[in-house]
Amino acid sequence: MSTYVGDAANAPKFQTAAKTLVNDTQVRHNVRHATGVIRRKRAKVVGEMADWEQLRESGHEIKQHVMRHLDFYLDQFEKSCTAAGGTVHWARDADEANSIIVGLVKAQQAKEVIKVKTMTSDEIRLNAALEAAGITPFETDLADLIVQLGEDKPSHIVVPALHRNRMEIRRIFLDKMNLPELSDKPEDLAAAARVYLREKFLRVPVAISGANFAIAETGSVCVVESEGNGRMCVSLPRVLISLVGIEKIIPTFQDLEVYLQTLPRSATGERMNPYNSIWTGITPEDGPQVFHVVLLDNGRTKVLADREARETLDCIRCGACLNACPVYRQTGGHAYGSVYGGPIGAILTPQLQSMEHSQTLPYASSLCGACYEVCPVKINIPEILVHLRNKVVERGDAPFLEKMAMKAAAYVLESPEHLKRARKLGRIAQSPFAKNGVISHLPGGLDAWTAVRDLPAIPEQSFREWWLKREREAG
Amino acid sequence: MGSARDEILERIRDATGGATQGREAEYAAIPRNYQRVGTLDAAGKLALFVDRLDDYGATVYRAREHDVASSVAEALRARGKTSLLVPRDLPRAWLPEGFHFFREGPSYHEVDASEGVLTDCAVAIASTGTIVLRHSAGEARRALSLIPDYHLCVVFAAQVVETVPEGIDQMKAFAHIPITTIAGPSATADIEMTRVQGVHGPRILDVILA
Repeated sequence: MSTYVGDAANAPKFQTAAKTLVNDTQVRHNVRHATGVIRRKRAKVVGEMADWEQLRESGHEIKQHVMRHLDFYLDQFEKSCTAAGGTVHWARDADEANSIIVGLVKAQQAKEVIKVKTMTSDEIRLNAALEAAGITPFETDLADLIVQLGEDKPSHIVVPALHRNRMEIRRIFLDKMNLPELSDKPEDLAAAARVYLREKFLRVPVAISGANFAIAETGSVCVVESEGNGRMCVSLPRVLISLVGIEKIIPTFQDLEVYLQTLPRSATGERMNPYNSIWTGITPEDGPQVFHVVLLDNGRTKVLADREARETLDCIRCGACLNACPVYRQTGGHAYGSVYGGPIGAILTPQLQSMEHSQTLPYASSLCGACYEVCPVKINIPEILVHLRNKVVERGDAPFLEKMAMKAAAYVLESPEHLKRARKLGRIAQSPFAKNGVISHLPGGLDAWTAVRDLPAIPEQSFREWWLKREREAG
Repeated sequence: MGSARDEILERIRDATGGATQGREAEYAAIPRNYQRVGTLDAAGKLALFVDRLDDYGATVYRAREHDVASSVAEALRARGKTSLLVPRDLPRAWLPEGFHFFREGPSYHEVDASEGVLTDCAVAIASTGTIVLRHSAGEARRALSLIPDYHLCVVFAAQVVETVPEGIDQMKAFAHIPITTIAGPSATADIEMTRVQGVHGPRILDVILA
């Protein structure tokens, strides 16, 4: 079995990609602006909830319960969904899911499909598989459309085009929609997307969606959105195919009362997002008359097997950890080389790929804990990052220098005398690299540290030395 | 090699140790110490609901004495509209004289060409300004409240609950039929986080509170 996450297996090391991206001032500006806006909105609407911590706790406990009994709940979902007229398929990995979906679309003799934002479909590279089979996928979420038409990659799990500004989006739309003219006002850009997609919503007979929640008890699927493109996709076409990661299961309809409070506030800073669609199988005379669910493993059961990292699967994809992360805010999402960026991506991507690839991602963090603090299902991301770093070290893949550095640090910090001598040695050793009190490029394997940050040089005089001198001079 | 289904379930059991015993008791013991039931009186609840709708940019009409028809006429005049689509079972008493109302049934393209739609709702949640639409036969099918650019929705005071858990409690009763929750007009912030109202769903939402 081979699992992959988008093109992450071929992505450059985080440190390498980040080095280029932090120098792109336009992207940095766009990312900092967008994350700043969402953070402020989120803080306001979370602040007004007196029971926020209790909701986080329940959200966490429900998910942990599901993970312990995932076999039961998947089976229950399959039975309920089937009884309501849906058909459930199981896919061990990305290739299997792609071949199931391509087969279903071909069976309808469809040449086009409309899609509502599903990161999971990016994970399995569904669009490429569809195109290879002669089927044209149309992304309908505004940000996804910007990414697709711009032949770009998503950089955020909730707002995938947040690295683009209005001028760039205008250029993409002008080129790809064949428009004679277009302003760069967001209202006009959104209106252009409305016109471009409306015709497709009314005409294309097959839609592909993801799922925010799949309810075991009822067999219902819930899609959370803002623009109405989700409603269009799940209710207008004749055929609907929903791609659902096996971790998206919740036990009961009632459990929505937790997540429909925490998800919108965390994701977009809204008390409630404009639209939620909840449907169960097929309904005569309303909506799709053919409904398929594809349940996807693609490495999730490996995450499940690691008790210390299992709660990675609790994620409800709100993106709050990306917005809160000081590293993400500097680099943007593309540095992570995965459809899942930011702190959650740094733990999810390497695990789904069996740690064979993306081994630098667990190091894409300063372990400051901001991600854990904002997580609406209390995933302890810093702890899992450390756990995964240990795994990298255990596999013997950690840089030799890192192991040496840890040993050296232990020796240096053992006694004040050792530290004093090390400092003197350091001043001599750093002289070729330090400039104006800053080291911006370390030699050899140490460049991983300076790839994304500057290192203050050891000063000419330490505090200890300054203090001694001052005491002496004061006599 | 067995089926994908068997293999995935087998992997899960290997990962979890196949712990299926005590599942129901374990689920029942999940702590739910968040607020389930509201604390506001009826007037406070409605005031909160209206405040939330204002926040989303929906216009609210307060119907007097359950006179829905007069408010429908007022809303249509304010928007300069002469006709609306209505679902099959919408009460005739809600429809004022002097306007055209078409019972549903037309194709998507005809719905697209309409001036707007008038529907009822099933539940409304004050704390989040959420309106819950239920799409059973006779009530508006999903396309009807989605494709037109204008949605006028009637909410009765008795349908308004305060908290999300109270709303979900009501929705459980019709969980098997399609449900749409709406909280304001369709919107996006995908371009520089600037809120744009009206993308694919109705760009204008007016609410009659009766």
